[in-house]
Amino acid sequence: MLADWLYIGIFLIISLFLPSVALIVAGILGPKKPNPVKNSTYECGVETFGESLTQFKVQYYLYALVFLVFDVEAIFLYPWAVAYQVQTVFYVVEAIIFVLILLFALWYAWRKGALEWV
Amino acid sequence: MSFWVDPYRFLLEWLRNLLIGWGLPADWAQVVLFFVGAFALGTAALLLVVFLIWLERKVVGRIQDRLGPNRVGPWGIFQTIADIGKIFTKEFITPVGVDWLLYNLAPVLSVGAVLMLWAVIPLTMTLYGVNLNVAVLYIIAVGELGEMAVILAGWGSNNKYAVLAAFRAVAQLISYEVPLIVTLLLPVMFAGSMGLNDIVQAQSVWFIFLAPVTALIFFIVSIAEVGRAPFDLVEAESELVSGFNIEYSGLKFGFFFVADFLHAFTIALLFATLFLGGWRGPGAIQYPVLGFVYLMIKTSVVYFIVILLRASLPRFRIDQMMNLNWKLLTPLSMTMLVLTALLDKLLPSSPLFVRIVGMVVMNVLVLLILNQILKLVENRRPRPVVAPVVRPVARPPQISSVQNGSGTSS
Repeated sequence: MLADWLYIGIFLIISLFLPSVALIVAGILGPKKPNPVKNSTYECGVETFGESLTQFKVQYYLYALVFLVFDVEAIFLYPWAVAYQVQTVFYVVEAIIFVLILLFALWYAWRKGALEWV
Repeated sequence: MSFWVDPYRFLLEWLRNLLIGWGLPADWAQVVLFFVGAFALGTAALLLVVFLIWLERKVVGRIQDRLGPNRVGPWGIFQTIADIGKIFTKEFITPVGVDWLLYNLAPVLSVGAVLMLWAVIPLTMTLYGVNLNVAVLYIIAVGELGEMAVILAGWGSNNKYAVLAAFRAVAQLISYEVPLIVTLLLPVMFAGSMGLNDIVQAQSVWFIFLAPVTALIFFIVSIAEVGRAPFDLVEAESELVSGFNIEYSGLKFGFFFVADFLHAFTIALLFATLFLGGWRGPGAIQYPVLGFVYLMIKTSVVYFIVILLRASLPRFRIDQMMNLNWKLLTPLSMTMLVLTALLDKLLPSSPLFVRIVGMVVMNVLVLLILNQILKLVENRRPRPVVAPVVRPVARPPQISSVQNGSGTSS
């Protein structure tokens, strides 16, 4: 069991290590001739102006909040799904009620206009 | 155990015995084997991308009535290798004011997040990184790491377009996580385990026959997760210059596309594993090598469909895409979860035939009802009036000028 996670850890290191090495090799091989014009921020051909980290719509927060609801739901539903084969109908109905509450939440967000792209 | 029956186990045992023979303790030999295995799997996956890029360019070229790459090597098969040689010798242009760490971490993380998926996918009965007992949750978690790479790239680039595109891309990607999470519940439910190898072993009937609509939703959602056409708004070439990767150059830029191609193949692999029976096939248990062949055939079919979709469908608009996710796919996937869970308990499980037919009939019924509902909604949707209005036209007053001209001349 612990060995499984050791493998995952090793794989995580390797999967970050391989692209890093490729980037370092490319950095060594490539030419390095920076100049101020080349290094300026891209702005459709005009001089850069103002803050680059611009304001953004509050709509993104609403999507993120709705997403969070369903993402947390996964933690509750996966153990139920693993044990599904040994459950009686009663437990299945309980989980269905839980899913229906989530669907109600989705309907509420929908009616409140949280899902409209503005 | 012969080499030809199961080369992976054969090599593994040979290497383990070799290491122990050199006087290494068994635990350390295991760690070394883990390193070798992870390195081999990661390298193989990255080398696969070389082939995938060539394949995609060739297929899309044929669809668009072109030849595709055909100069370097037979059928242009070494074209990608030439491209790699070029991209490795390109200059890294780092714009002023970037957040150095985030800017350089993003491409590495975007490839790394896709590679990490390969740790849990079973390629044959015996050849898999690890049969993790929470593999499905691991896939979701690692998948969300890829979205982290997108937002790091956008935020670290110090560019307005990159920031805007990153927010939009992340809004798309996290939205499509929701039906993905719900659809992944069904294979777990049928198999009674989250380990991918256990899920494959449980598929005496392919899960696509038990849950066809869910499989379809999973397919659509995973294409959106990868950000391929018709969901390639992550790139946003037409409105936000190039999307979140605008300030990247050379191999750093290339890595976002390596991640894209590898991710597309990986979701095809996941689809084949979760819904098409993975390595299962006649003789795959006695001869694990055959399992790899079966898996690759199934994956190629799915991957080919992904390429065909990219070549043939136009791009969605962003609001259409969010509506498709939140107002159709999410409620539909949850409805399918409820109906399937209920029906699977109510149907008698002893004759397998009854179970399959019951599930398929239920899925077809849901599709028919959905079709009627969509028609109703479409009919009630308010449409903008496009009737012709009388507009002032900047037309030279021809008749009067002619009259005036004739008047002055005469």
